[in-house]
Amino acid sequence: MKMTATFSRLRQRIIPRQQALYAGLAIVGLWLLVACLAPWVAPFDPIAQDVSSSLLSPSGAHPFGTDNFGRDVFSRVLWGARVDLQICILGVLFPFMLGTTLGALSGYSGGVVDTLVMRVIDIVLAFPFLVLMLAIIAILGPGLSSFYIAMAMVGWVSYARLVRAQVLILKQRDFILAARSLGYGHLRILFRHLLPNALTGAIVFSMSDCVMVLLNGASVSYLGLGVQPPTAEWGVMVAEGQSFITTAWWITTFPGIAIVLLAMGFSLLADGLGDKLGERV
Amino acid sequence: MSLLKVNHLTVTRGEDIALVDNVSLSLEAGEMLGLVGESGSGKTVTCRALMRLLPGAGLRITGGEVLLGGRDILSLSEGQMSAVRGREIGMIFQNPSSHLNPVMTIGEQIAESRRLHFGANRRQAREDALALLRQVGVPDPQNRLNNYPHEFSGGMRQRAMIAVALAPEPTLLIADEPTTALDVTVQMQILRLLGDLRAELGLAVIMITHDLGIVAQTCDRIAVMYGGRLCEVGDKREVLAEPLHPYTRGLIDCQPVSEGGQGRLTTIDGQPPVADHFPSGCRFHPRCGSADEACLDQPLLRYGRDSHSHAAACHHLLPTLIRREG
Repeated sequence: MKMTATFSRLRQRIIPRQQALYAGLAIVGLWLLVACLAPWVAPFDPIAQDVSSSLLSPSGAHPFGTDNFGRDVFSRVLWGARVDLQICILGVLFPFMLGTTLGALSGYSGGVVDTLVMRVIDIVLAFPFLVLMLAIIAILGPGLSSFYIAMAMVGWVSYARLVRAQVLILKQRDFILAARSLGYGHLRILFRHLLPNALTGAIVFSMSDCVMVLLNGASVSYLGLGVQPPTAEWGVMVAEGQSFITTAWWITTFPGIAIVLLAMGFSLLADGLGDKLGERV
Repeated sequence: MSLLKVNHLTVTRGEDIALVDNVSLSLEAGEMLGLVGESGSGKTVTCRALMRLLPGAGLRITGGEVLLGGRDILSLSEGQMSAVRGREIGMIFQNPSSHLNPVMTIGEQIAESRRLHFGANRRQAREDALALLRQVGVPDPQNRLNNYPHEFSGGMRQRAMIAVALAPEPTLLIADEPTTALDVTVQMQILRLLGDLRAELGLAVIMITHDLGIVAQTCDRIAVMYGGRLCEVGDKREVLAEPLHPYTRGLIDCQPVSEGGQGRLTTIDGQPPVADHFPSGCRFHPRCGSADEACLDQPLLRYGRDSHSHAAACHHLLPTLIRREG
């Protein structure tokens, strides 16, 4: 979070307010396009090995060079976009849904439910984020689905706290009283009248959360607990290339740049959206 | 049988502070009752108690009954009560901009209760919403359906809120200072609209207000509240022409007179009582000109001379009258 805040301050000096949203949209949109078109755009098969052409430096045929198995790094970066975008989207979606639901219920009902949810949040927050995630993945076994489950179990707390705070304020508002006076039930009021008003903060946060999830996914894969080789994923690629960093810098550098670019895209999107919706996270 | 009969309704805060003390009212179908009083006199709490939507925790209905069509709604379960809210008793509020959901279109907000209370399908509910917007006099209702509350002007928002409240077709409408936030010309339009709707739909209305002028223009009967108690109730003409209670007299004297710009506005000396320090006996006695030792006892509601409908709670009923009754 601290990193995103620093980035935000830096961004405001370089890019004017309105354009952050469009710049972010453009970058993320571009990556989405790349992910969709990867099978047709990538010049080589991302996992086909060709030992005869291993560790080639960037050239016309291999713009990003090849790795130690002779795989085309450019094709692998393009294919990697599919996996990494999926990680971003699903890794944010599950905590978002779980967190907003629990946060809304907790804020609206108060009392025992609220106390219970808040104490669980305290427990989750008591552990360092990555340590808790690694522990859960270690229990469930390495793989992407474990990563998503761990993400949901750890990441929901931020959303729950954001939404709970909003609901606590909003449930005192007059239009909730008006809805009550029309004979609407609590569930209808909570999910149809309160939640849509309480979500802006969570939506803005989810964009900057994409950055964290992307970096987490890459770190977890780097540690060998997330995406498994030979699947093309940026974190895995950085991990595999690091032993060649002195002789073949391109294996780690290009996926690294891809991570930074996508992260920047989401950051700009979060900032722009925050400005637009008048919401600061 | 009266549409609504409130008997000895009492709402307390904490242990023993009665914000609404022993209030009894009755309302016929199609009748308009003006509930008048200063801020803090308990008029809003009374009406919220009728909906069982008391503001704030710590407020409880501790006594009395509220008979709606002969059925005591204070004894209903919470589930049965949500079928009464909206459907039988509707409510409109002082500040329409904060009582409409900012992220739903006006059309959706009207249609929602059509769908919930009448099981109308999406298209039918939309058509009902259109008809309602037209009925409350919103121009160009077809396009206005898709507008959000912030795209409406203040007067239009009040009309929209009335449409939302009317959608479940209530028989009783509680209007909590519906015109206070509006400027004078719009005020008149909204009051006229409420009058028209009442004639068209046979709607009974309780109009909460602190403005006797509004009551004089629109209501059939007046109930005056002071310090959580009813101090005078009766037919509008009788109450305004021959007030029995010194407080009502004071309120009437406080109305600015339109002819001429001379003279000072009359006021009632002192401050209205705060709930934590209600005076004993008659709660108006510290500000009352004709108070004496008798006023340290709580006065009962007594009928005035020659009347079975006009009553006041005072030991010194104003005109030279006094025909003692319970």
